[in-house]
Formats: sequence, structure tokens, C-alpha cells
Amino acid sequence: MSMVDGPKPFSTAKSEQKTANMESAGVPPGSSGAVPRPNRKFGSWSDRWREMPRQKQWLILIPVVILAFLLPVINPPLISTEPGNDWPLACQAMAIFALVAVGLNIVIGYAGLLDLGYIAFFAVGSYTAAMLTSPDSAFIKIPYLWTIPVAIAVSMFVGVLLGLPTLRLRGDYLAIVTLGFGEIVRILATLIPAMKGQPGFQNVGHPPGIGADGIPIFANSNGTPWYWLTLVILIIVLFLVGNLERSRVGRAWIAIREDEDAAETMGVPTFKYKVWAFALGAGVGGLAGSLMGGQVGFVNNQKFDVVTSILFVAAVVLGGSGNKVGAILGGALVAYIPLRFTAIAEYKFLIFGLALVVIMIYRSQGLLPARQRLLAYGTAAYAAVRRRGSANPSAAGGSGTGGGAHTSSSTPAHRAEGEQA
Amino acid sequence: MIPTILMAAPVSNDWITLDFVSLGQNFWSATFDGLTFGSIYALVALGYTLVYGVLNLINFAHSEVFIMGCYAVFFTLSFLGFGPSAPNLGVGAIILNLLLALIAAIVASALTAFLLERLAYRPLRKRNAPRLVFLITAIGASFTIQYLIFLWRGPVPEQALTMFQTKPVFQVFGTIIYSDQILIVTAAVIMMVVTERFISKSRTGRGIRAVAQDPDTATLMGVNKEKIIITTFVIGGILAGAAALFYVMKIPSGVVYNGGFILGIKAFAAAVLGGIGNVRGALLGGLLLGLIGNYGQILLGNSQWTDVVAFMVLVLVLLFRPEGILGTSLGRSKA
Repeated sequence: MSMVDGPKPFSTAKSEQKTANMESAGVPPGSSGAVPRPNRKFGSWSDRWREMPRQKQWLILIPVVILAFLLPVINPPLISTEPGNDWPLACQAMAIFALVAVGLNIVIGYAGLLDLGYIAFFAVGSYTAAMLTSPDSAFIKIPYLWTIPVAIAVSMFVGVLLGLPTLRLRGDYLAIVTLGFGEIVRILATLIPAMKGQPGFQNVGHPPGIGADGIPIFANSNGTPWYWLTLVILIIVLFLVGNLERSRVGRAWIAIREDEDAAETMGVPTFKYKVWAFALGAGVGGLAGSLMGGQVGFVNNQKFDVVTSILFVAAVVLGGSGNKVGAILGGALVAYIPLRFTAIAEYKFLIFGLALVVIMIYRSQGLLPARQRLLAYGTAAYAAVRRRGSANPSAAGGSGTGGGAHTSSSTPAHRAEGEQA
Repeated sequence: MIPTILMAAPVSNDWITLDFVSLGQNFWSATFDGLTFGSIYALVALGYTLVYGVLNLINFAHSEVFIMGCYAVFFTLSFLGFGPSAPNLGVGAIILNLLLALIAAIVASALTAFLLERLAYRPLRKRNAPRLVFLITAIGASFTIQYLIFLWRGPVPEQALTMFQTKPVFQVFGTIIYSDQILIVTAAVIMMVVTERFISKSRTGRGIRAVAQDPDTATLMGVNKEKIIITTFVIGGILAGAAALFYVMKIPSGVVYNGGFILGIKAFAAAVLGGIGNVRGALLGGLLLGLIGNYGQILLGNSQWTDVVAFMVLVLVLLFRPEGILGTSLGRSKA
């Protein structure tokens, strides 16, 4: 808010944004504000990981990925879901949620935009897949696998459509507009006859292939092949997102999240990159939606409520917003906990709602905190910070230093950055 | 309320019609009904606008502050013996009972707002948390309260209560105006005016405006910022409690755990339409949104379009005039 109350040339939301008060200066979601908190356990793991050479990372990653692929087959006794919840299907649900969380993480974690209606893009993806494959729909039919790119394109388009009016403004407006949009998509699905409201679309398509016993490999109740398909797509998305994260685009996002005005001043076209983040997030959401639609085989208007959208946000925040591994963990946990502990399944919305508040108050960086400011400098920067960190105990903590002028801008991490640059 | 409407949605081919004839026929009744709903939106919108003015925060949980008031009204009136049919009481007794319900609603809503501020937002302010953290906390708090109510009362709306037999009072343009419409609009406008006076004249109001304008300078000038913030939340809660009574009066079957959600979005849209942070803007925006929603609903031929139209209004306002109709913020409004 301006201190001067005199004549003002224009008082658009943009100028409000420029003069936003000190409390809300762009601090990254990963940082803990004024007090950089040490969080030894997880922080040091991720540091150790990041300073490893690529080959060593692969050496660890490949067994992890193989294990992930074998997960529905080995059905580990303690981890497995309770009877009544099919374990391969649970794995599929976890993979879908992880994919959603990775997509939402682009929007919330990297660009710092709060999208509360992510379910809408998920719904758009599901409906695209359903309307192009289900016999109940009047549209032209295409093979299921072709609907996936179409779903991505359509949801990205919707994302851009929704982002254009709102992303020029302050982030808060985006939150409420997306929240409203999440609900409106559901109402529109009821009102528009082509979307068939409650009856919905039965027999949504699935990838081709018939098993030895004559039933399709990708049957609705057969979780394992769907899980594998989703996992492959998840890994591809992770590669793409990881590359984006380390590119000019990723740095622009992080700059926007840390301090939008500063980024704009430094020549980052903030609006453009915000729209990109929003559209890409929407695209991944649509992708996950089309996979979900295919696996469940039935799409109607009852599935896409805003509460699920808040679960998605909880997944990102729980895992650690800005960290894609954290997003996977968060997404998988949010899907897994209600299936593993059926006794608390009906309380899941309460639990994750409460978790949002508690995490924000006590550990706003989530389970796996992000350290985005070092991202641009690669493994060497992590190593440098870590060396400093062992000399100075406080350096192991404080994910990110982005507190702006009023917070600790001289933590060791920051100094290390200076040296690297 | 919303799920039941969703079930009843028609599946026909002429899903979007521009029914100008029916709009022309029902224009005045839609206007008066729209103003009634608009007054309710406006009262809730004030809660959003005040908190936004002071903290620059969209208080997502304000819809739950409102729905707590609705439950308080429901329980008080059930306790006092109200039921689905109109009560057999004199005018004085009804007014007394409604006043009791109003007080209960105000207490419940203000208490919710108070606890919300203390338990959720204050710890964040102490840590000087970034904006995104506030927003996520707000939505988390909203969610938590909503599902606490869900676990307590279940998914079914509470039994509808009739507070009094609505009577036609007089006719304008050939349209009958009912007693509840007059009551709601008058009471809401009076409350808005009192709030406006309070903000612009009283000492506390001056404090609120000072904090909205510049929290740090206000603190230096001797304003107790924490006290001002909590007062703002409580004022928002009081107005939401009053809105709750009128809402239950108008939509008796609307007391359900997620009943505040859509209304909250509409109220926020109203606040943005009038100019967020602006007290008069909330009234103007609320009334306008009530009218637009009602006209749109008749024009498009389905009650669900109200929500869609309200949302479209929000997006259009953000696109073309993000500062709203009246523009100025709470801090800049005239002393």
C-alpha cells in the first residue's frame, strides 16, 4: 500500500501489486520466512543426492525405478493396502496422484501460483478421453492412445484461456478464479447435454491388446498394466519437467516466485512465463485425467469435486512444493494413506485439510524441501554449500534464502551462490 | 443444496436458450429477488473485503465463518420449536425468536472468525510468512472446518425451517413484494451503513484504515495492529452471522456442510466487482451480482446458471476492470 495518499496516476491491481506490503514480499513457498530453520534430516539427504555425479545418481535411480515397476507384483506385506482395496489399483491411484502432483508442482512449486481448481483440468482431460472413445458420445471416435495428446492440448488451451485474464493480476485472484472454475466445470458438465451430466460416459476406451485369457490387458480392474503405463508416462514427464526446471524457463519461474517485481525489473517477461507454467501444469493435469478416465472406464460429473482439488494442493504442499521428488512422495502418500488405513479413510479430507494448516505453520517447506536458488548452478553449488555447511552448523538448514531484504539474505547458501556466479 | 440441484438438471438439446420473453415477464420479481440475494452476498462480501483491505489476504475460510452462523441459526430455531411449517406465534414473539437466532449466529460466526485468526493466521504473521503460505493455510482452514461439520452433521442438508409466513406487503410495477424481501434488504442496508460509518468515523475504524494503508507506519503511530486485525475479523464474522440468518430465511434448506462454498465465491466475486477493500463497493457489488445472477438464471432458463454467471462476472471484471467499479481500497477511502 502506498504511503502517499495524494493524486495517483492509476490504481490498478498491478500497481497494488508493485507496492504490496512487506509481509507479502515474494518469498518462496519453500522458505520459512524470517527464521531459516534447520532441517537436518531431509535437507542433508537431498543435498547429498544433488552433489553426486550423474553416474552415481543413475546407479541409485535404476534400482529404485525397477523396484517401482515391480511394486504391484511383489505386493509387500506390511505396505500393501487393506483387504477390499486392490493393491495394483492402489498403485495406479498413487501413480496418478503423483503425476497430478508433479503437474501442480509446476504451477505452485515453481511459479508460485496457487491453483485451487486443478481438478478442472483433470476433468477436461477425462472428458476429452471419454468423449472421443466412449460409445455414449456423439463425437468422432479415435483410438484411446491418441486421446492422450488431444487431452493435453485441450486442457492446455483451457489453461491459457483461464490464465490470460487472471495471470496479469496478483496471485490471489488466480486462487479464487481457479477455485470457482473447479466448481463451474462440474456444473457445465451437467448443463451441457453433450457432456451428459450424471449418466456420463460408459466404456471409455483403453489401449489395445488382449491377454491370453481373452480379456483386454488394459481392463478396468486390471491395475498392473495401467500402473506401468502411468509410471512410464510419469518418468517421461519427470524428465521433461526436470529439463525445464534447469533451463531458462525454470529459472524464470523461480525468479517470479521469489520476487515477481524484481524478476520483471531484471527483464523476465513474467506474464509470459506465468502463462506457460499455468498451461503446462494444466497439460499434465489433463494427461493424468485422460489416464484416469481410461482406467476407470466411466466418466461423469460426480467425480470432479473441488475437494479433490484441495487434496492435490495438499499433496504438493505435503511433499515439499518446488521439489518434484517431494511432489511424487506427497501425491503417492495422499492416495495411499486412505487406502492403506481404511479406518481413517472417511476422515481423509479432514486429515489433509488440517495437514495443510499444520504444515504451513510449522514446516512450510514440506517433507522434502526445495532448494531452488542453487538449482541454476548445478551440483558444484550444492557441494560448495555443503562444505560451508559443515563449517557452519546453520547452513544445513534454511531451504532457499529468498527472504528478500528483510530476511536472512546473507546465509551461507547465498554466499556460495555469489562465489559460483 | 447444490447436489440436489445437480440431480434435477435437465438433459435436453436446447440447453442454452435466451429466453427474453420470460425475462420480460418476470423482470421485476427477478429484480426484487435479486436485490434480496444481493444483500446477503453484500454482507458476506464485506467480510472478505475488510480482511483483504487489512491483511491483503483472501480469507477462504470466511465461507465457513458464514456457514457456522447458519448452523447456529438452525440449532437456535430448532431449540425454540420452529419447524418446517410456519410457527403459530404472534409477531412480537417471532421477532424475539429471530433476534435470539441472530445473536446466536453472530456469536458463532464471530467466534469462528476469532479462532481462525488466532489459530491459523496469527502464527504465520509472527513468522512473516509469504503470501502463498497464507493462502494455503486459508484454504486448509476452510477445508478443515467444512469437514468437521461434515463428520458431525453428515452430507444431508438440515431440515428446512420456516421462520414466518411471508406476506405480500405491497405492489410495485405489478409485482408483489414480500415481507421477507423487505426485511432482508432493509436490515442488510442498515448494517452496511452502520459498518461504513464505523469504519469512517470511529477510532477503531480509523485504526483499521490506517493498518490497511500501511501497517508499519500505523504501528509507529501507536495503532495496535494485532488488535485491529482481530477486530476486523470479528466485524467480518458479525456481518456473516447476520447474513446467515437472512440466508436461512431465504433458502431454508441451505444449511449443509458445504453450503457456504459457492456463496463464498459469489460473495468474493461481489467484493471484486464493487472494488475489493472498499466497503461501499461490497454493497454495490453484492446487489449488482444478485441482480445479474437472477437475470442470467431466467434468461438462460436454469437455476444453475446463477453460479456460472457469477463466475463469468468475476472473470470479466478481472479482465476489464480489476480494481472494480468503485475502485479504491480500504486504506485510501476518505476519512
